[in-house]
Amino acid sequence: MADSQDVFIFNKKEEQGDSRLMASEIEDIVTLIQDEEEGVPIRTVKSFMTKIPSVVTGTDIVQWLMKNLAIEDPAEAMHIGSLIAAQGYFFPISDHVLSLKDDGTFYRFQAPYFWPSNCWEPENTDYAIYLCKRTMQNKTRLELADYEAENLARLQRAFARKWEFIYMQAEAQVKIDRKKDKTERKILDSQERAFWDVHRPVPGCVNTTEMDIRKCRRMKNPHRVKKSVYGLVEEGTQSQSPIHTPSHHCRKGTKEDVEKEILFLNTQIDRHRMKMSKVAESLISYTDQYMDYDQFVTAQEPANPWTSDDPFLWELEASKEPSQQRMKKWGFSLEEALKDPAGQELFLKFLESEFSSENLRFWLAVQDMKRRPQQDVAQRAEDIWAEFLAEGAPSSINLDSHSYERTSQNLKDPGRYSYEDAQDHIYKLMKSDSYTRFLRSNVYQDLLMAKKKPETEQGRRTSLEKFTRSVGKSLTGKRLTGLMQSS
Amino acid sequence: MLLCLHIWFLEVVSNCSDDGSHAKDHHLSLPVSTGDLTTSAMGEMEELRKEMENLKDQITAARKTFQDSTLQEAAAGVTVVGRVQLKTRKTLRGHLAKIYAMHWGTDSTLCVSASQDGKLIVWDTITTNKVNAIPLKSSWVMTCAYAPSGNLVACGGLDNMCSIYNLKGKDGNVKVMRELAAHTGYLSCCRFLSDTEIITSSGDCTCVLWDIETGTQKTVFAGHQGDAMSLGVSPDFKFFISGACDFTAKLWDIREAECRQTFGGHESDINAIGFFPNGNAVITGSDDATCKLYDLRADQELLTYQDASIMCGVTSLAPSKSGRLLLAGHDDFNVNIWDMLKAERVGVLAGHDNRVSCIGVSSDGMACCTGSWDSFLKIWN
Repeated sequence: MADSQDVFIFNKKEEQGDSRLMASEIEDIVTLIQDEEEGVPIRTVKSFMTKIPSVVTGTDIVQWLMKNLAIEDPAEAMHIGSLIAAQGYFFPISDHVLSLKDDGTFYRFQAPYFWPSNCWEPENTDYAIYLCKRTMQNKTRLELADYEAENLARLQRAFARKWEFIYMQAEAQVKIDRKKDKTERKILDSQERAFWDVHRPVPGCVNTTEMDIRKCRRMKNPHRVKKSVYGLVEEGTQSQSPIHTPSHHCRKGTKEDVEKEILFLNTQIDRHRMKMSKVAESLISYTDQYMDYDQFVTAQEPANPWTSDDPFLWELEASKEPSQQRMKKWGFSLEEALKDPAGQELFLKFLESEFSSENLRFWLAVQDMKRRPQQDVAQRAEDIWAEFLAEGAPSSINLDSHSYERTSQNLKDPGRYSYEDAQDHIYKLMKSDSYTRFLRSNVYQDLLMAKKKPETEQGRRTSLEKFTRSVGKSLTGKRLTGLMQSS
Repeated sequence: MLLCLHIWFLEVVSNCSDDGSHAKDHHLSLPVSTGDLTTSAMGEMEELRKEMENLKDQITAARKTFQDSTLQEAAAGVTVVGRVQLKTRKTLRGHLAKIYAMHWGTDSTLCVSASQDGKLIVWDTITTNKVNAIPLKSSWVMTCAYAPSGNLVACGGLDNMCSIYNLKGKDGNVKVMRELAAHTGYLSCCRFLSDTEIITSSGDCTCVLWDIETGTQKTVFAGHQGDAMSLGVSPDFKFFISGACDFTAKLWDIREAECRQTFGGHESDINAIGFFPNGNAVITGSDDATCKLYDLRADQELLTYQDASIMCGVTSLAPSKSGRLLLAGHDDFNVNIWDMLKAERVGVLAGHDNRVSCIGVSSDGMACCTGSWDSFLKIWN
């Protein structure tokens, strides 16, 4: 039962605007929803000749969730409710499928004993005992569903040797159950069934107890000491899934770790930082620049190949005739221009016309060297030195004396990063100098203009072709909803 | 045995990962592995921890002085994106068990997926044909990667190894080219830098840079205090980021082999991490059901993407090409689509019948692929 302290904490969260809820807090919700004062009214319902004890309706739950979790959309409340139901915290009294409906369907709350937090991993022996005892009690409400009967038959075959044992255990359980009050039994039976609906779900339902194997060993019950629902002592060892194998524990929080952390933190105190406003501006302008190229926001031309089955898009990309849109991107940054093989080619052509292509060729050579297998690196490094940096090199590049010194030092023990400084220097040079001129150059501008207005016969045909394809095949794919100006 | 249990108990107790109180008081308290510390040693630890907390407070204060605005404020004038509705264009069927990972190739039509049915499948996403179906030695695979060249794929998992496969072998058969073994914990993620280098993250809390040719470790990046769950490489291949079960994300300089920055704030394991397309910001997804955006130059968190109705952990994430949208896969079978600048949910992809375990946006941004425990992959746009 939730006491006032819990309620206070819960409300406080809302106050602080921290309306985010973690999966582990589901149990707080489930506790509160059953609270006498703050929860839904749990009541006994009279039905035909019998009474149905301890139930609430689906609508009650949905309404309560909407009110207490500040949810406006009932569909969202249903979604959350279904998540909670799927883990078995409450269940429909007349169905094996654990979901929440926003109507008069009756639901009951699960007993804390059966809550997932107790790390149940019930064995098939337990399940066999359960199904077996259900067949022993002549009550229509306890009749096995088809899939349960199939499961029982399978288990009987699997446990043929110890079936007598299982049968005896089932009988013992029935005896224990009989001692309980009739109403209490109704409730407990349904709770037990809901437990098994979670751990042995109806075919077609998701088993919510399935754990991500990466997280298993960090659970509360890491050694997965198996406890039986019915108090059986585990005999022998079953084949263990990886969940149960003891895995490596990395040592955490030693003195050494804390000392290292302190050293690191000391370097961080006075590190250079940019103002949030500047950084925000930079992010906003980047997204703005690229929005036109973002398929999820702006429908791209040509047609969406996954609907039209038309790979025209990539044929175009691969072709030597890049579209205007694609060439426009080369103007965004040097990175963008170099990323595109066609852009790289054009830039190189431009540099050749200025007799400064050795910079780009040097940069590309170093990029290539960095991707080579380790054994080739040393040779490549020397080749690059000979071509670009040595005395009288055929493609001599202009490095400042400092970088030159550093680089020649590096080459005494050539490695992948020997040219890092030199590469950075040359890149900056290209970016600030050649690249800006490239963007203004005739080579680039003429090409952009040419693609803008396809005046030629061929140009017109191409664009007509494109149009026909896109209209014909992409009507379904046309995303006019992409960029809606909301009022 | 008893001693192990004892230490484990202490680690679990002081981990407090479940009730969130771990990070609520703002300081990440490191669990103490006691074993047999004397009281004076305990006192020394206390002093050190106090010093550490003090430094963290100073850094927080320093970061605050640069908060002259927020991203949301700055983006107030930006045009609204409107409801984003993506449709399933293709469903890739063929796996027989949970899919744990997928990765697009750089050519934008091929992708590779890994499933606990013990198979690595390379798909042609246009035709939905299987280009390769590679049987794995260990079926407990957790990650896969496609090399930028398209020549290699890699995978790994509970075998603690990263296995490299050559797709372009001489006789047409796909064979294991290398088995990179040295991690002492499961392989959670791997990403190629080139055909000769690959970075891996592991449950042993470290990340490693390998030389594929020789199969040796070149650099070990240690520092995380919990399982490293995911990693991402910067667009210029000079840095990589890792997210871990110590609730932090770290930026590593590959060449200098150092941790450059650490970002905290999450209240549970970080399962997914990725770079913002311009390489200047980092996006994380956590079991605390939120995603966060951290800027590298501002050295702090810019935004948190959260909603009361989202209660399930984030398993995977991918930004759209422009960075305007963030797609995040969750345990509740859905993918949430966020407007990254305004932190508003602008769409949901609901099409899987089980947890969405992996997600990726193709290199040219034309499509997004989701993989799920329901054994299917779906292509959306």
